Amino acid sequence: MVGGILNYLWVVPALPLLGVIVNSAIALLSERPVLLRENAHGEGGHGGVDAQGHHASPPYRKLVAFIGPAVVGASFVVSILAVLALAARPAHDRLFVQVLFPWVQAGTFQAKAAFQLDPLSAVMILVVTGVGFLIHVYSVGYMSHEKAFARYFVYLNLFTFAMLLLVLGSNFLVMFVGWEGVGLCSYLLIGYWYEKKSAADAGKKAFVVNRVGDFGFLVAIFLIFWTFGSVDYTEVFARIPVLSESGVLTTGIATAITLLLFVGATGKSAQIPLYVWLPDAMEGPTPVSALIHAATMVTAGVYMVARTSALYLLAPTSMAVVAVVGAATAIFSATIGITQNDIKRVLAYSTVSQLGYMFLACGVGAFTAGIFHLMTHAFFKALLFLGSGSVIHALSGEQDMRKMGALRKRLPVTFTTMFVATLAISGIPGLSGFFSKDEILWKSFSSGQGHVGLWLVGTVAAGITAFYMFRLVFLTFYGDSRMDPDVEKHVHESPYSMTVPLMLLAVLSVAGGWIGIPEALGGHNYFEAWLAPVFGSGTEGAAHGGGHHSLTLEYLLMAGSVGVALCGIGLAWYLYRSRPSMPKEIAGRVPGLYDVVLNKYYVDEIYDAAIVRRIVSGSLWLWEAFDATFIDGIVNGVGALVQGAGERARRLQTGVVGNYALSLLLGAVILVGFLIWP
Amino acid sequence: MMEPSAYLLLSGILFGIGVAGVVARKNALIILMSVEIMLNAVNVAFIAIGSYLGDVTGSVFAFMVMTVAAAEAAVGLAILIAIYRLKETIDITELSVLKW
Repeated sequence: MVGGILNYLWVVPALPLLGVIVNSAIALLSERPVLLRENAHGEGGHGGVDAQGHHASPPYRKLVAFIGPAVVGASFVVSILAVLALAARPAHDRLFVQVLFPWVQAGTFQAKAAFQLDPLSAVMILVVTGVGFLIHVYSVGYMSHEKAFARYFVYLNLFTFAMLLLVLGSNFLVMFVGWEGVGLCSYLLIGYWYEKKSAADAGKKAFVVNRVGDFGFLVAIFLIFWTFGSVDYTEVFARIPVLSESGVLTTGIATAITLLLFVGATGKSAQIPLYVWLPDAMEGPTPVSALIHAATMVTAGVYMVARTSALYLLAPTSMAVVAVVGAATAIFSATIGITQNDIKRVLAYSTVSQLGYMFLACGVGAFTAGIFHLMTHAFFKALLFLGSGSVIHALSGEQDMRKMGALRKRLPVTFTTMFVATLAISGIPGLSGFFSKDEILWKSFSSGQGHVGLWLVGTVAAGITAFYMFRLVFLTFYGDSRMDPDVEKHVHESPYSMTVPLMLLAVLSVAGGWIGIPEALGGHNYFEAWLAPVFGSGTEGAAHGGGHHSLTLEYLLMAGSVGVALCGIGLAWYLYRSRPSMPKEIAGRVPGLYDVVLNKYYVDEIYDAAIVRRIVSGSLWLWEAFDATFIDGIVNGVGALVQGAGERARRLQTGVVGNYALSLLLGAVILVGFLIWP
Repeated sequence: MMEPSAYLLLSGILFGIGVAGVVARKNALIILMSVEIMLNAVNVAFIAIGSYLGDVTGSVFAFMVMTVAAAEAAVGLAILIAIYRLKETIDITELSVLKW
């Protein structure tokens, strides 16, 4: 028994897959006939929250409501056991690879279907299955009014399966399969309400934008195979020293590979310039936004950059690009978040901004800090999304914060938990967000690749984050009610299936950061020690920045970022609590700027004019001019030629026997002529 | 032993007449008869060569051809009668339905 429980690593992704199979069987055999019958009777439409409340729940729904979360929960339990088994090993031996079967073999190209558990993927599977489980449970309550209940859980389980493939794969190809799988599920779940055109469009947009990134990722994989002769993580990273010494792996190639990988990461993790799909993705159900577009899938890019950290360290240019793009995204989307009125869109831009932080961390060589923030962000952002879902659920689908207010007393659990998450994301000391965000800011200042400018941008963005998050809380939970009277009558706290996950996530949002308390604050930073074997000594040096910065400076910067966060909160309090008329006045004073930010800097419009419409008109030309005349011309031309030839040739067949006899005779004469010719 | 050239000439002439009849005439009955003439021209050639070479195979083959010719005539005439009942003509220029 070398591996013990680790030999059952394959069970972790297999369980959600089982859920997919069972649930899709239920969806096809039980649910679909019901839906089709209802549509045929014309009583379709949304399973609205009407006076009847819950419509009678057929037994298959109960089965789905059990299987969907249960498989992910079981997967979580197996993950914990596997990670504990891994942790029991000595630090240098914490790498377990399980080869299932040889998968692709073509010449020298080999790829195995294999899973790899190391400290990095351990963190990821715990986050994916743990947070995923809570969101699955929440979904049971949130989606209880939906008719296509089983279909939802099929997609959600499939997503969990693909995400686990992505983080567990032991080579780039398995990761790519997971990468595409989560993209597909994202598309399917954004377009879950596909009768709604905006939802269907948003799904399409997410898919197409991701395709741009995926192209970069795929080319990067080709380049990796071309350079290293393998796509296996262990082999690729083991060959780095040899190949860079022999001159095969130049800085140029490393830069090319890492930049292409980063193109993939910008697509999946919604960074400038490919972030535009994420805000639109809010068309999907809110638990989906929490799971896919906040906690897990969008962090795949960060995971990928961290996974290939050894390559990034060879390419300073790429590191700089990652850091700058991350910092730019962090502040850019934070400013958009200030002006949005849709509660989910604020959170969406906040997610883009927080992902920017993670890339900032990776870009300055602090991969540990990036993954740490990934984890804490998964807790508090999932909580924020689920909380907003709870609000939306209570308000019968209202998402506009201008039509909320005074919900603090009506939704006590939702309010308390969301408030905790807001404190966490704002970076209030003691909560998880503080430790991870502060770690990033400190590293962006102190590390070898860091820069004061990056730190400044990050700190300002932290202040803006605190501001827009408290704006959200004040607009939603405080002040006077601005709800429609009809909506207000139905306001109710969510069922336990929704509030219990909220409470658990709130606990994690508070305590999740305690495993990474920096030494400057008297902690031990277990998290950094845990991930140290993955990121190796190279990052250690970069992350510690040679240790020439004093503790005083670290305290000073920490105090600075807390101060900025408090300023943001104070400003939000002043503008939205004590002087509620101020925001409008300020907006009125700088109408141009306000409109630009409100309209998200017109990026969608610019992309539309510069790229989308070009492509559409180019495609139209290809279709109407090139395809219809040239391609069809060739095809139809060949057809017409044959037809014309046949038209003439058929005249030979006169039907008159005499003609046939004559041609017979002629043929015979010619034949005999040939035979007796000398 | 006599030279077969005269017989072969006769055979050639008969065959030519037959061919001319098949190609030139419009009456299906005449065409059928012309085919018979062609077959019999071949018979003459067979027997002439056979007797010249002292080989009975030629004669045997001639009998074979006669049998086939008889069968062909029977079938051909039957078809002609059937056509005549249907179309009331055996002019082959009128019988040109089998075309494009």
